[in-house]
Amino acid sequence: MSGFISGRGRRLTARRLVAVLTICAGATGIVAVLAPLFGVIVERGGAHLELMGPSAFAAGSTEHTILWVVRIPRMLAAMVVGAALSGAGCALQALLRNPLAEPFTLGISSGASLAAVLAIRFGLESAFGTAGVGGAALIGAAATLLAVWQLARIGNHLPPATLVLAGVTLSMFCSSASVLIQYTSDFVEVTHMLQWMLGGMETVRLATVGYAALPIGAALIVLLGYARELNALAAGPEVAASLGVAVGRTQTVIFGLASLLVGAAIAVAGPIGFIGLIVPHALRAVIGPDHRLLVPASMFGGAAVLALCDTLARTVVPLHHLPTGAVTAVLGVPFFVVILVGQKRRAVLWSHA
Amino acid sequence: MAWLQLTDVAVALGARDVVRGVSAQLDQGELVVIVGPNGAGKTTLLRAIAGLVPPRTGTIRVLGHDPQRAPRRVIARELAYLPQHYELAFPFAVEEIVLLGRYARQHGVGLASQDDVAAAAAAMAACDVSHLAARRFDELSGGEARRVILAQALCQGARCLLLDEPTAGLDPAHARAIFALLRAQCDAGAAVIAVTHDLDLALRHAHAMWLVADGRLAARGTPAHVLAAAETRAAFGLAIHVGSLPSGAPFAVPA
Repeated sequence: MSGFISGRGRRLTARRLVAVLTICAGATGIVAVLAPLFGVIVERGGAHLELMGPSAFAAGSTEHTILWVVRIPRMLAAMVVGAALSGAGCALQALLRNPLAEPFTLGISSGASLAAVLAIRFGLESAFGTAGVGGAALIGAAATLLAVWQLARIGNHLPPATLVLAGVTLSMFCSSASVLIQYTSDFVEVTHMLQWMLGGMETVRLATVGYAALPIGAALIVLLGYARELNALAAGPEVAASLGVAVGRTQTVIFGLASLLVGAAIAVAGPIGFIGLIVPHALRAVIGPDHRLLVPASMFGGAAVLALCDTLARTVVPLHHLPTGAVTAVLGVPFFVVILVGQKRRAVLWSHA
Repeated sequence: MAWLQLTDVAVALGARDVVRGVSAQLDQGELVVIVGPNGAGKTTLLRAIAGLVPPRTGTIRVLGHDPQRAPRRVIARELAYLPQHYELAFPFAVEEIVLLGRYARQHGVGLASQDDVAAAAAAMAACDVSHLAARRFDELSGGEARRVILAQALCQGARCLLLDEPTAGLDPAHARAIFALLRAQCDAGAAVIAVTHDLDLALRHAHAMWLVADGRLAARGTPAHVLAAAETRAAFGLAIHVGSLPSGAPFAVPA
């Protein structure tokens, strides 16, 4: 096996499909409703955590304003970004048959970051605001992707190992270039760069979420249509082709979708690590490897997990918003270690059987 | 018209022609085995027929289709290919793997229809893996895994089967059962090309044998004829002794 951890699979039935998707959608819905209601309230006695009551829905109240102007856009941004990153990660892992595949290891995130750093350095932020940086990040993501694609491609084939190698190499290049540019920048610029590179949903406006949700939503829907192809590709491009998959076209489409998803997500929230890696792995360990379940579950899972992490980021230390990207990693790693150890124990049992 | 028609086919891997000047055909009901030394070009020839590698020159037709140009889905309904190596990234359950064979016949979400489930059950029974249906692929032995993949190829429901060493790693009873199965498939109207080193089983079950040596079709004819040919002796560097058991059944062993 190629290093994926996975739960037991079994033949997918309509009942199981509906059941799993209902649970995922339900859980995500609960997070969507509760997360914005939960937060830090500042009063004369100091700051404390509070779950807003029904008064939050009464127009004109302060709570209503906080809810609709601050928290709901932020929650929606987290959900859109989380779904995009996790869906893209799930697709890339299957396409490349590599458990390490995700936006970061393929260099897409670093490329987007480099573009954003360049945009800040050369004043695009002051000229066009955050849209300038976000746009640059989107272009950076696409450019890196094309470069990785060209580097790894041999004829019409895309050997997975070469692709990850090319991605990691370009990722190193972009990270180092970003550092060098920071050295030539002034203090204010560097602060903005670092803020951006930490990733977060703090400053996202409802309109931005709307602009991002359209392409991300469309890409996710198209991606769902490729779940069966991803299943067939688990046996490698050659077997998939003999089963009837148009492998070259499928690789191109999925790679393009993944870069659009990741580029748009990074444009909205900066580089947020780990969601694209950990959510698909965790879900695969629970529901098994069938992508007709795993792709939609990853989308819901990514949305819910990032919204949760973002809620924690703004509530754990009252009055201080922690960077969401850091929270995802700090919470994600222990959780992931638990899954990994559990699977390892199982594997050891087999080898002694 | 022949189901499978190869005309002066050459296949290059890199700068080298691994297969050269191959012209041959396969008709309905025929079980052909390809034999030859390691590195002779047997697998490359099979991959070219399956449309997985383009011929440098010459033409290949599978039931009238050019496997390089026809949509993969169309080819997959007519032609199933069993690769020599098979590595699965995710530990699907055996039944799921076999059902992947139905890809080209499914649409939409691809939930298994009753036909699909029946085809998978029949393929698993034919390959003696029904009892493994719920097992994870990574919990199987090498021979069990081989039979599961063969079941996937059978489940495709294609009329032409291209099998690269279908009996590699199988115990003698299962190896013989697989050749008997292939022969039965041909008798029922399919056509099979199998690369094999099981000369004895090939002798007993195949209609025809192709010897591939140094990329060329060096000899062909009935298995008994090819195994006794001077070209076969030269290709392997040893003679193959063909005899018959007291029961009258033929056997082949390296002399």
